[in-house]
Amino acid sequence: MIQIENLTKRYGSTEVVRGVSLRVRQGEIAALVGTSGSGKTTLLRMINRLVEPTEGRVLIDGEDASGIQPHLLRRRIGYAIQGHGLFPHRTVGQNIATVPHLLNWSNREIDARVDELLHLFQLDPAQFRDRMPHELSGGQQQRVGVARALAARPEVLLMDEPFGALDPVIRAKAQADLLELQKKLGTTLVIVTHDMEEAIALGDHIAVMDKGRLLQYGTPKDLLTQPADDFVESLIGSAERPFRLLSLTTVADLAEQGEATGATIARTTNLRDALAECLWRGVDVLPLDGGGVVTLNALRTSGRGLAETQGEVN
Amino acid sequence: MVGRFLLIVLTLGLCTFVVRPEMFEAVFQPFTQNDAPAIYTQTSLLRLTLSHLALVACAVLASTIIAVALGILVTREFGREFLPLARTIASVGQTIPPVAVLALSVPMMGFGAAPTLLALFLYGLLPIFENTVTGLTNLPPNVIEAARGVGLIRRQRLWSVELPLAFPMILAGIRLSTVISLATATIGSTIAAPTLGEVIIAGLLTSNSAYVLQGGLVVGLIAIIIYEVFSSLEHSAARRLGFQMDA
Repeated sequence: MIQIENLTKRYGSTEVVRGVSLRVRQGEIAALVGTSGSGKTTLLRMINRLVEPTEGRVLIDGEDASGIQPHLLRRRIGYAIQGHGLFPHRTVGQNIATVPHLLNWSNREIDARVDELLHLFQLDPAQFRDRMPHELSGGQQQRVGVARALAARPEVLLMDEPFGALDPVIRAKAQADLLELQKKLGTTLVIVTHDMEEAIALGDHIAVMDKGRLLQYGTPKDLLTQPADDFVESLIGSAERPFRLLSLTTVADLAEQGEATGATIARTTNLRDALAECLWRGVDVLPLDGGGVVTLNALRTSGRGLAETQGEVN
Repeated sequence: MVGRFLLIVLTLGLCTFVVRPEMFEAVFQPFTQNDAPAIYTQTSLLRLTLSHLALVACAVLASTIIAVALGILVTREFGREFLPLARTIASVGQTIPPVAVLALSVPMMGFGAAPTLLALFLYGLLPIFENTVTGLTNLPPNVIEAARGVGLIRRQRLWSVELPLAFPMILAGIRLSTVISLATATIGSTIAAPTLGEVIIAGLLTSNSAYVLQGGLVVGLIAIIIYEVFSSLEHSAARRLGFQMDA
C-alpha cells in the first residue's frame, strides 16, 4: 500500500506539487492524469525519491520512505519509463538482471528469473536473452523495460508514460498485457499518463492533477459521472463520456435470458464494443457465448451517466 | 573491405621500409643531389621509429589518464564549478606552441626525450578532455534516469553506465591526440630526442630531400594507420551501443 500525505515540492518559489494526499491500496492500479506541467511526474518521482519532497511524506506499507536510503528504496520499487531507458551496452538478459544483481542474488537465481520474465513477456529466452536492446522492436524494448522493473519482485511498480513511445495498435495490446500481468502478480501500480483513455482503461482509481493540485481522486466511473470541476470534465471530453462509461463494464454483467440470431460475442466484450456491434448489425439483441443475450435497451441505460447520478441524488 | 585490404598493404609496406630501408634506395635516388646518400643510415630507422612510437605512446597515455580523470571530475555534481577553469587550463595547453614548451623546458629538464614528452603531454590534453566532457554530458537522459531509478549509486552509475556509453567519444579524443602527437614529436629531435624528426632535420641541414621525404613518409604512414585502427575501434564500440554512425 502507498500512502501519500500532504506531499509538496517547491523549486524556489514555484510549487510544482501542492499538498497532495492519496492512497493506493495493495494490488490496485492508480493512474495519475494531467496535462504536461501538472506535477504528475514529479509526484511519481517523489515516491521513489528521485525527487525529494519539500513537505509531506510517503508511506510504503506503512514505512516512511524518507527513512530508507534512496538507492535501497529504489531497489524495492520497480520503475519503468517512457522510451524504456534500457542500458544500450548491456544485453536484454543483463538489463533484466540489473536489480537482482544489485541485491546479490546468486547467478542461478538470476538466470532462472530472467528466463521466467522473458517467458512472461512472450519473448523466447533462447532467442532474446543475449540480444542488444537496439536489435529489438519498440514493443519488445518496452516489455523488456517492464521486465527489468519487475525483476526483483517489487511490491510496488511505478510507470511514467510507459507506452508513450508506442504506436496505437501496439499500445492497446501492451495495456491489455499489463492489466493481465498486474492481476497475476498483484503488484501495486502507479502509472503516469497524459491520456485519459489510457487512465480509464488501466486505473482502478484515477488522480486528476492540474497546476500541482490534485483535483479529483476516484474510480473511473466517479470521474465520468461526477467530475469535480470543469477541468476534469474537459479532460474527459463530454462527447466521449457515454462511450467511456460503457467501456468500463463487460456484457457478462448485463446478460439476460433470451434468444437471438446471429454470431455470438464473447462475454468479456465491453459494452462500448457491444453497442458498436448492435449499430453495425442493425439489431436490438446480441447473443452471447454460452447462452443469454444483451439488449440494446440495457446498453442505453448503462451509458446514461447523468440520469443515473441524478437518480442517486434524489 | 577495400579499406581494410589497403590498410594491411600499407602496414606491410611500412614495416618492410623501416626494417630494410636500403631495399628502397632506387626510389629515393632521384631526390638526391651531388651523389649524396639516398637512405639515412646514421641511426637505424627501426630504432628511431620505435622510440618515436614509445614517446608518443607514453605522452598519450599520460594525457589520457589526466584528461579523463579531469573530465570525470568536472562532470560530477561537486566538480561542476571547476569546469570553466579546467577548460581554460586545457585550452592554454593547446595554444602554447610545442616549440615554446621545448625552449622553456630545456633549461630545467636538459636535452633529450623529457621536454618532448612534456610538450606532447600538454598538447594532447585538450582533445581528450573536451571529448570526455562531451561524452559524459550528452548521455541519453532516459538511460541515466533509469540508472538512478533502479537504485545504482553514483559510483556504479559512472563505471557501469556513463563511462561505457561515453567510451566511443573518449576514444575519438585519444585518436585525435595520438595523431597530433605523432606529427608534433618530430620537432623533439631539435633538442636531441630520438624521433623520426632526426631524419627530417638531417635532410634539411644537408639539403637532402630524400631524407626529408623518408622521415615525413614514415610519420605520415604511421599516422594514417593509427587513425584508421582507432576509427574502426570507435565504430565497433558505437555499433555495439546501437548508435547510428555517420560516415
